[in-house]
Amino acid sequence: MSRKFTWFNATALTLGFAFLYIPMIVLVVYSFNESKLVTVWAGFSTKWYGELFRNQAFLDAAWVTLKVAVMSSTLATVLGTMAAYVLVRAGRFHGRTLFSGMIYAPLVMPEVITGLSLLLLFISLNIPRGVFTIVLAHTTFSMCYVSVVVSSRLASFDRSLEEAALDLGCTPFDAFRSVTLPVIAPAVISGWLLAFTLSLDDLVIASFTSGPSSTTLPIKIFSAVRLGVSPEINALSTIMIAIVTVGVITASLMSKRALVKRQRDEQRAFQQ
Amino acid sequence: MRRFTLIAVPYLWLLALFLVPFGIVFKISLSDAALAIPPYTPTLDLSEGWAGIKALFAELDFDNFVWLTQDDLYWRAYLSSLQIALFSTLGCLLVGFPIAYGMANASESWRPTLMMLVILPFWTSFLIRVYAWIGILSTEGLLNQFLMTIGIISEPLQILNTNKAVYIGIIYTYLPFMILPIYASLERIDGSLLEAAEDLGCSRLQAFWLITVPLARPGVIAGSFLVFIPTIGEFVIPSLLGGSRTLMIGKVLWEEFFSNRDWPVASAVAVVLLLILVIPIVLFQRNEQKQREAEQ
Repeated sequence: MSRKFTWFNATALTLGFAFLYIPMIVLVVYSFNESKLVTVWAGFSTKWYGELFRNQAFLDAAWVTLKVAVMSSTLATVLGTMAAYVLVRAGRFHGRTLFSGMIYAPLVMPEVITGLSLLLLFISLNIPRGVFTIVLAHTTFSMCYVSVVVSSRLASFDRSLEEAALDLGCTPFDAFRSVTLPVIAPAVISGWLLAFTLSLDDLVIASFTSGPSSTTLPIKIFSAVRLGVSPEINALSTIMIAIVTVGVITASLMSKRALVKRQRDEQRAFQQ
Repeated sequence: MRRFTLIAVPYLWLLALFLVPFGIVFKISLSDAALAIPPYTPTLDLSEGWAGIKALFAELDFDNFVWLTQDDLYWRAYLSSLQIALFSTLGCLLVGFPIAYGMANASESWRPTLMMLVILPFWTSFLIRVYAWIGILSTEGLLNQFLMTIGIISEPLQILNTNKAVYIGIIYTYLPFMILPIYASLERIDGSLLEAAEDLGCSRLQAFWLITVPLARPGVIAGSFLVFIPTIGEFVIPSLLGGSRTLMIGKVLWEEFFSNRDWPVASAVAVVLLLILVIPIVLFQRNEQKQREAEQ
């Protein structure tokens, strides 16, 4: 692409990023508002954060959400990595088309349909709804995202390394652990992070599959927001935005450092 | 043996928790609503063996699908979802293309930062990003306050709880899905092509139209599908930003299930929605495959 950065480009970027970020900045600023009215500024205050941490219902919901997210993303990473391995390495087997169809379909499936179908399954099997059913539901759709992320990394990985390990006497599992896994690790980690945020964020599927004792944070936020804007929700949103921002920046700095290190290692190996 | 386990575990998981549930949705869409637990008949009675299964099939019918065509709520909701999805995809394209173009023209050292700025909102909670607009768009919200202060309007505009707010919400939340594929295809364009065109007497605008636009086409198509497909079944945005008159099929399905407790009709709505989605999904897959073949 030609590197002529014009005034038009600068304006487009400024307006575009203003559009993307102003709503979130407004949200953060008004979480420090003294007034209960979210649209009238009445001075700086952190009292809504205090209110938030005294609100047991929110704390309980946050705990449920975190539990679900950790369990489902871990399970999804294991299953998704296996599925990616099958897609890229297992060659032909009976029902392969159906398998890859089932991996890609959940990515484009409307959440209302996924939620409805899982709820009807749980009901017809008489499984009581709760944390367990949300974990099953979240694992199912996020394992597909994990397998897409991991399989693109696996596809670009030189298979002969793995074969060399096998020739040198490794068992297939050892070869996977000591050769393949370190190479695909960045993809596995980003798959886990993706599954984790998908689970934290999900409202629709959780609403269908949760029981009365397992309200997640998005369900709680949704029912609060339906009644109107509240400064407590602004405070909660600010905390979540802060966590994501720190997480994304740390992850990108770490991957940049890893890239620089790898380039340096390669150069050194080349010189020797 | 190992290979078998490796295939079987994710395979069985998806069969049990993805494919079988669809079978159940399909079956219930053929049942009738009833005041019972679960609220539909017939239910499968395995204790009667084959006779039970036969009795079950005898009672299934397409009544709910006939009902969907008779009550105009449903087909109006499908049409209005398609319309909202189409216009918001165009809106995303109009807003997203200049941003992607600006990113591709930015200097190499800036690009990772710009890229991160586009991805960051994508990692932030969807619900929170939709919520942020409620405070901005409401009648006493910041947008109206601002416009009235600078004197453009004297009466507050009613934006929240209308379709306008739904369009803004969709364009806002789905924008990264449009920007990233367009940016990916723009970034790959060889700058010397544009220089050659200008050397040969093209104006910048002509060079843009004859070279940049055609080469950006795969990204534009991919981005459009990525916005269009999920928008059709969208639930959160129309229910938070839209009004009672905003008709979208995701919302109808939700209300049919949670408010009316009519599971068979909700299932029939889901089956038809799926049939509608098959067309753009197949087109999208075809486009992706063509792209992959072109690259090899």
